[in-house]
Amino acid sequence: MNINATLIGQLIAFAVFVGFCMKFVWPPLLEAIEKRQKDIADGLAKSERGQKELELAQEKATEQLKEAKAQAAEIIEQAKKRASQIVDEETQRGHDEREKIIAQGHSEIDAERNRVKEELRKQVAVLAVAGAEKILAREIDAAAQSDIVEKLVAEL
Amino acid sequence: MASEYTTSEYIKHHLTNASMCSTDNGIAFNKACADAGFWTWHIDTLAWSIGLGLLVMWFFRSVAKKANSGIPTKTQAFVELVVDFVNDNVVSTYHGRSKLIAPLALTIFVWVLVMNLMDLVPVDVLPSIAGLIGQHGFGMDPHDVYMKAVPTTDLNLTFALAIGVFGLIIYYSIKMKGIGGFMKELTMQPFGHPLFIPVNFILETVTLLARPLSLALRLFGNLYASELIFILIATLGIWQLPLHFPWAVFHILVLPLQAFIFMMLTIVYLSLASEDH
Repeated sequence: MNINATLIGQLIAFAVFVGFCMKFVWPPLLEAIEKRQKDIADGLAKSERGQKELELAQEKATEQLKEAKAQAAEIIEQAKKRASQIVDEETQRGHDEREKIIAQGHSEIDAERNRVKEELRKQVAVLAVAGAEKILAREIDAAAQSDIVEKLVAEL
Repeated sequence: MASEYTTSEYIKHHLTNASMCSTDNGIAFNKACADAGFWTWHIDTLAWSIGLGLLVMWFFRSVAKKANSGIPTKTQAFVELVVDFVNDNVVSTYHGRSKLIAPLALTIFVWVLVMNLMDLVPVDVLPSIAGLIGQHGFGMDPHDVYMKAVPTTDLNLTFALAIGVFGLIIYYSIKMKGIGGFMKELTMQPFGHPLFIPVNFILETVTLLARPLSLALRLFGNLYASELIFILIATLGIWQLPLHFPWAVFHILVLPLQAFIFMMLTIVYLSLASEDH
C-alpha cells in the first residue's frame, strides 16, 4: 500500500506510452478519419449537384420533346397539304393533257376527213366524168343528164 | 477461496502486491522486502500495466499502420470509434491547439480502461495460477506468492498517472502564461489585493495540488473498493454465486466510467491550465 519505486517505473511507462501514441497511433488514425469525413462530405455535395443537374436535364429534355412533337406535327401538316396540292395539280394536268390529246385527235380526224373528202370528191369527179363519158357514149343527150351529174357532185 | 486461509488472511493475501527489492544478499521478493523502504518494486503492477499497455498500443498501432480512408475494416471501425469519441471530447473541451492533449487522452482512456477491466477477472484465478507457478516452479510457499492483477488498485500507478498529468498542468501553465503569469495566477486570485497574497497563494496551491491528488485517489479508491468487494463476496462460500454476477454487471458501468472520468478531468485540467482567466 505504500508509495515506492514502482511509481517511477509507472511514470516512465506512462510517458513512453503517451509518446508512442502521439507519434505512431494518433496521427494516422485521425488522418484517415478526417479524410473519410471530407470524402463523404464531398460525395454528398456531388450527389446533390448531380441530382440538380439531372432535374435540369429532365426539364430540358421534356421541353425539347414537346418542341420536337410540335415540329413533327407541323411537318406532317405541311406534307399533307403539299400532297393534296400535288394531287390536285396532277389531276388538273392530266385533265388538261387529255383535253389537249382529244382536241388534237379531233383536229387530226377532221383534217383526215377533209383530205379524204377532197380526194373522194376528186375521184368522184373523175368517176363521174368517166361515167358521164360512158353514158355520153351511149346516150348523146348529155345535156339531159348533166343536171343528174351535178346533183351527184353536189351531194358528195 | 483456499480453505487453509482465515478470511482476513485471504483478503490480505489478495490485496498484497508482489514486490521485489535488492538487499545485501542480492534480489529479494515479497516478505523479505518488508523493510526495503522506497526502493521496492511492485512487479505485478509493473508487469500487468506495461503488458496491457503494450498490448493496447500494439493493437492500435497495427490498425493505425493499415488505416485507410476508404471503407474501413471492422477492427478499424472499432478503433476509429474510440479515437473519434476521445477526439470529440478533446475538441469540445480543449480550445487551444495541441498535438499532445488528444493522444494523451486516448492513451489514458484505453490504458486505464484495460487495466480496470482486469477487475472482472475472477479474483482467485490469477493469484492461484501465480501460487501454483511459485510452488512448483520455484519451490515457494503459495501463501507467500502475491499477485494483485488490477494495476489501478495500486496507488503507485494512479499517482504516476496523476503526477504525469500534474507535470503537464505546470508545463502548460508556464508555456501559455509565462512564469510571471503563472505566479500571478497563484497569488492574485481570488482576492486582487497585495495584502492577500499569502492567503491567495495558500488557496491556489491547494487548488492546484488537489487536482492530481483527487485524480489519483479517485481512481485508486474506486478500483480498490470494488476489488475489495469482489474479494469479500468470494469469502461467502456458496452465496458468492448470485452476488458476483450483479457486482460484475455493475462494473461494466463503473470501470469504463472511471477511465472516462480520468481522461475527461485530464482534458479539463489541461484546458484550464492553458487558458487565461
